[in-house]
Amino acid sequence: MQLLTPDPGLILWQLIVFVLLFLLLAKLAWRPIISSLKAREQSITDALETAERARLEMTKLKSDNEKLLKEAREERDKMLREAREAANRLKDEAQTEAKKSADKIIEDARAAINIEKQAALKEVRVQVAMFSLQVAEKLMKTKLADDKAQKELVENYIKDLKTN
Amino acid sequence: MKAFLSRISRFFMVLALLCVFIGGTSIRSLASEQEESKEELNLSEFIIHHVLDDHVWHFTNHLTIYLPVIVYSSERGLDIFSSRNFYDEYHNVINYDGYKLDHSHIYLADSGKAVLDLSITKNVAMLLITAVIMALIFISVGNAYKRNPGKAPKGLQSFFEPVIVFVRDEVVRPNIGPHYEKFLPYMLTLFFFILIGNLLGLLPGAGNLTGNIAVTGVLAVLTFLITNFKGNKDYWAHILWTPGVPLPLRPIILLVEVIGIFTRPISLMVRLFVAITAGHIVLLSLFCLTFIFSSIWVGFASSIIVLFINLIELMVAGIQAYVFTLFSSLYIGMAIAEHEHDHH
Repeated sequence: MQLLTPDPGLILWQLIVFVLLFLLLAKLAWRPIISSLKAREQSITDALETAERARLEMTKLKSDNEKLLKEAREERDKMLREAREAANRLKDEAQTEAKKSADKIIEDARAAINIEKQAALKEVRVQVAMFSLQVAEKLMKTKLADDKAQKELVENYIKDLKTN
Repeated sequence: MKAFLSRISRFFMVLALLCVFIGGTSIRSLASEQEESKEELNLSEFIIHHVLDDHVWHFTNHLTIYLPVIVYSSERGLDIFSSRNFYDEYHNVINYDGYKLDHSHIYLADSGKAVLDLSITKNVAMLLITAVIMALIFISVGNAYKRNPGKAPKGLQSFFEPVIVFVRDEVVRPNIGPHYEKFLPYMLTLFFFILIGNLLGLLPGAGNLTGNIAVTGVLAVLTFLITNFKGNKDYWAHILWTPGVPLPLRPIILLVEVIGIFTRPISLMVRLFVAITAGHIVLLSLFCLTFIFSSIWVGFASSIIVLFINLIELMVAGIQAYVFTLFSSLYIGMAIAEHEHDHH
C-alpha cells in the first residue's frame, strides 16, 4: 500500500526540482537549441529554394538560347531562300532578255537580208534585162542584116507561139 | 512511418548497447547482497522494499550512504540530522532525539504524530542526480549550438539532436498543432526527465525515481495545470455544454467530461508509475527465484532471462518517456485546438 501513497516530501522536492530544472533548461538549453535548429532548417530550406530557382533560371536561359538559335537558323534559311529566289529570277530575266534581244537581232538581220536580197534581185533583173537588150541589139544588128534571116526569125517566133 | 520506426529503433539500439553491461552488474551486486544475509527472507517484502523510497541508500552491507533527514513539525520545528542516527551498530532501527522511524515514515516518538518529512531520501537524491545530469548535458548541448551556429552538430550535440528533433517533429508538433513552440521546452524537459530517470533507475543500486507515484503524480499535475489553464473557449464549451448532443443528454455528458478532465492526468500518473515499478518488480522476482530454489542452475537461467527483461526495460524506459510526452501533447493540443465547425 505504501507504493500507492505519495510522500509529501518527495512531491515537494519533485515539484521544486522539476520546475527549477525546466526554467534553467528552457533558458540555457532549449531556447538556443530550438532557435538554432530552426535557423539551420530555414537556411537549408532557403538554400534548396535558391538552388531550385537557379535551376529554373538555367532551364529558362537554355530554352531562350535554343529559341534564339532556332530563330537565327530560320532567319538564315529565309535569307538563303530569298537570295536563291532572287538569283533565279535574275537569271531567268537575263535569259529571257538575252533571248529576246537575240531574236530581235536575228529578226532584224533576216529583214535586212530580205531587203538586200530584194534589192539584189531587182538589180539582177535590171542587169539581165539590160544584158538581154544589149544581146538582142547585137543579135539584131548581126542576124537581121538580110531578109532571109528576118524571115526565119519571124517564123521561129510564130512556131514558138504555136507550140505555146 | 518507416523512417520514423527506423529512427526509434536506432535510438533504442544505442541505449541498449549502453546499458547491457550495466544490467549485468546490477544482477551481480544484488546477488552478493542477498548471499551475505543468510537469514530467512521475506522475498515479497524484500522486493517491495527495493522499489520504495528510503532514508538510506543501501548498496551492500558494507556500502550504505546515510542520507540527511529534514523534518518539520509544529511541536519541534525544523530538524536536520543524518539518518545514521536511526540505526545502531547492528543495523537495527532505533529512535533518535524523540523521532521514530517506521517503514520509512518518521513520527514523533511520544505522540506518534507524523511529521512533515522533507528528507533527502534515496529518490530525492536520484531526483537531484537526474536534474544535475540533465542540466550538464543540455546546457553543454545548448552551448554547442551557441558556439557554432549554422554548423553541423558534433559530439554530444549530434547524439541528442535527433532525439530533440524526434520529440519536436513526431510528438509535439503533430499533437499540439501550430502553436506547439510555446510548449516545446516543457515537453522536452518532460521527455528527457522521464527518459533519463527511467534509465538511471535501471542502474545497479539506483532508486526507483520514475516508478514513484509522487514523482509521476507531480508530472501529471503539471500537464493537467497547463492543459486547463491554456484551454481555450472551445475546450471549455466542449466540456460544459457539449455541442451536437441532444439537450437531455447534456448533463450526463457534462459529468463524463468533467470526470474526463481528471482521468487524463490520473492515467498519465498511473501508467508511468506502473510500467516502471512493474518492470523492477519483474526483474527482482525473476532474480529471487534463485533464492527460492537455492540452486545455482536456476540462478544461471534466471540471470539470462533477467538480462533479456533488462533489455525490454530499456525499451520501456524510452517508450514510457515517449508515451507520457505524447499524451501530454495530445491533451494540451485538444485544449488549445481552434475548431472551425460547431460540432464533430
